Amino acid sequence: MSRSNASRAAQDRDWEGVRLHVVTGKGGTGKTTLAAALALALAQGGRRTLLVECEGRQGLARLFDAPPLPYAERKVAVAPDGGMVYGLAIDPEEALLEYLDLYYHLGTAGRALRRFGAIDFATTIAPGVRDVLLTGKAYEATRRTASSRAARTAAAPPQTKDPNAYVYDAVVMDAPPTGRVARFLNVNAEVAGLARVGPVNKQAESIMRLIRSPQTVVHLVTLLEEMPVQETLDGVAELRQFELPVGGIIVNRMHEPLLSASDLKAAAAGRLDEDALRRGLAAGGIKPDDRVLGGLASEAGEHARQLTIERKLLARLKTAERPMYQLPDLDTSDVGRLYALAAELTNQGAA
Amino acid sequence: MATTPSRLDVDRLISDPATRIVVCCGSGGVGKTTLAAALGVRAAENGRRVVTLTIDPAKRLAQSLGLTELDNTPRKVQGIKSSNGTAGELHAMMLDMKRTFDEIVEAHASPAKAAQILANPFYQSLSSSFAGTQEYMAMEKLGQLRKSDRWDLIVVDTPPARSALDFLDAPGRLARFLDGRFIRMLLVPAKAGGRGYLKVMQAGLGVVTGAMTKLLGTQLLSEVQTFVAAMDTMFGGLRERADATAKLLRTPGTAFVVVAAPEPDALREATYFVERLVEDDMPLAGVVVNRVHRSSVPELSAGKAMSAAEALAEGGPDASLAAGVLRTHAQRMQLQASEEKKIAGFSLALPSVHMASVPAFAEDVHDLAGLRRLADALCGAQPAASEPAGSASG
Repeated sequence: MSRSNASRAAQDRDWEGVRLHVVTGKGGTGKTTLAAALALALAQGGRRTLLVECEGRQGLARLFDAPPLPYAERKVAVAPDGGMVYGLAIDPEEALLEYLDLYYHLGTAGRALRRFGAIDFATTIAPGVRDVLLTGKAYEATRRTASSRAARTAAAPPQTKDPNAYVYDAVVMDAPPTGRVARFLNVNAEVAGLARVGPVNKQAESIMRLIRSPQTVVHLVTLLEEMPVQETLDGVAELRQFELPVGGIIVNRMHEPLLSASDLKAAAAGRLDEDALRRGLAAGGIKPDDRVLGGLASEAGEHARQLTIERKLLARLKTAERPMYQLPDLDTSDVGRLYALAAELTNQGAA
Repeated sequence: MATTPSRLDVDRLISDPATRIVVCCGSGGVGKTTLAAALGVRAAENGRRVVTLTIDPAKRLAQSLGLTELDNTPRKVQGIKSSNGTAGELHAMMLDMKRTFDEIVEAHASPAKAAQILANPFYQSLSSSFAGTQEYMAMEKLGQLRKSDRWDLIVVDTPPARSALDFLDAPGRLARFLDGRFIRMLLVPAKAGGRGYLKVMQAGLGVVTGAMTKLLGTQLLSEVQTFVAAMDTMFGGLRERADATAKLLRTPGTAFVVVAAPEPDALREATYFVERLVEDDMPLAGVVVNRVHRSSVPELSAGKAMSAAEALAEGGPDASLAAGVLRTHAQRMQLQASEEKKIAGFSLALPSVHMASVPAFAEDVHDLAGLRRLADALCGAQPAASEPAGSASG
């Protein structure tokens, strides 16, 4: 079943040629964790990836057991077989000032903007500007080469002498939740409509070109629960409607069947053979009274119904006709879990 | 022995005539909306006139409450029973943030001015897509519902936010903006031609508007200026309303219920929220931990179940059935232990907070019967981190 890492050829990978991976998901589905695992998987074998957080929660730092990330690219993890994951928590205010400085050398005017609250205005109120800045930073990092202006000040040094080589092999963005992601990515189009001229408009247009190109995909993380699955399908439809590239569907925390197929069927229907169960338990040295027997049977029933629901929801997800990655439920919250999930993503062809 | 946290008595809270507003808050994905609806059903069946304000309910839950469209008007929910002889009522509404904003504009400006504001492209973006508008409008709607005094109890579900704290912060952000220095500055050219004392300021202003123009283009900036000039007469009113709602949230008639799930992220968000409520002197009723897994056979430990399952590995169909059932039980016990550890850590950090828990249901809740079952479980439930389970475990 699972393909060995060493023998994996490039064509086994589902997203060959993709440089910007946007990861979204409903709240509570593990979006940030999976973005980190994907960045690890993509860095494997001496590659270099940047993991971008854009909602100021410092979730990445917590995941990697690191102190809060400043607005700077920092090494956060080493991938298997070499390779490096850098992390960046984007601060929209800093991003705007950096952007102004980089392209307009605004200097004093930049400071005046801040004093007058214009930065606050532009980053929190002006519709779409905040999102342009967030996606804009990911855009810049994705396209950054050794000879780019930004490469001179960034943390990750160029890997080769080739001035045209990209600094990062891939950029993974921990994006806003499914319900907002299409608007978030498409906001560049919104801004382009609102600010019909000017540099923000121009910037928005080039970001949009990258996002709509084969170099970008949007992955959706979900659990096999009704609401996250519905939101995922709605999200896929919405992304398609905006002509944004839908990537894979990452199914997180799947449950393994613990009973045989026929036992599951009986348990789901509440028709578990309690006499057979009593005999079996006795053979294992457990002599249950009726309460214990009923309790165990009802737990098996819940497990079976859970799996039935999961199977139905998985079938619904398949109607989206996207590559699916199925990840197990790992009950740990340490860094080791990220590596386990990364290995699973690699085995299933996501990286 | 860890101290047992005191139990959040939800029935008492929602049945107390002094409780007029219950705000359900917490991070995304913990089941806030469903829980808010369940509280509404429970309070109504306890005999109160209740309205629930939901922000973004799942389609099937909305349908079960009779909400077929987003029309910003409370609709009576059919099928509410009486549990104690007093017939209560449940009404439900979904927030339409744009319409709520439009109504404020219409209430505060002359018809001609209102029309001008509503047609402004910048206003249209602000009212439908600014990240804080939803929170601000939820607060506004809450204020309106409370003022109407038609309800004994208002249950509010907070918007799905990146962080639970957004609900408390976002309205202030919008108010600061509308009242802020930058807006004042944009107003200057429209209001006060060339008064002498403005000259100094206008020098700075030139730099700023110059940069903004460079960045956003003249057309957007002039739209913003037109919008601000038209809104100017309303700012005072807006601020007053925001202040009044903020005050309302601090009155004793309001109770915050923080919803969490037994997972690290959700519990951390809940901790932030509780700390913030305490810091700001907001009336915190307690924390509800949703979707907690419990075993009904705690006396059979995970370890014992697993070794029995292994011993049965070589047997026939009866043994294989028993082994599978034992593995299922062992997994449940491990999950329960791991959740209890997380919840215990949470309540250890916040020892004085009242807590309640709701068991995980295999199926999603999307009808009145389901909401009733959830409320029963919540009101009859033991505190989330009560005595250690499996006291007879071996």
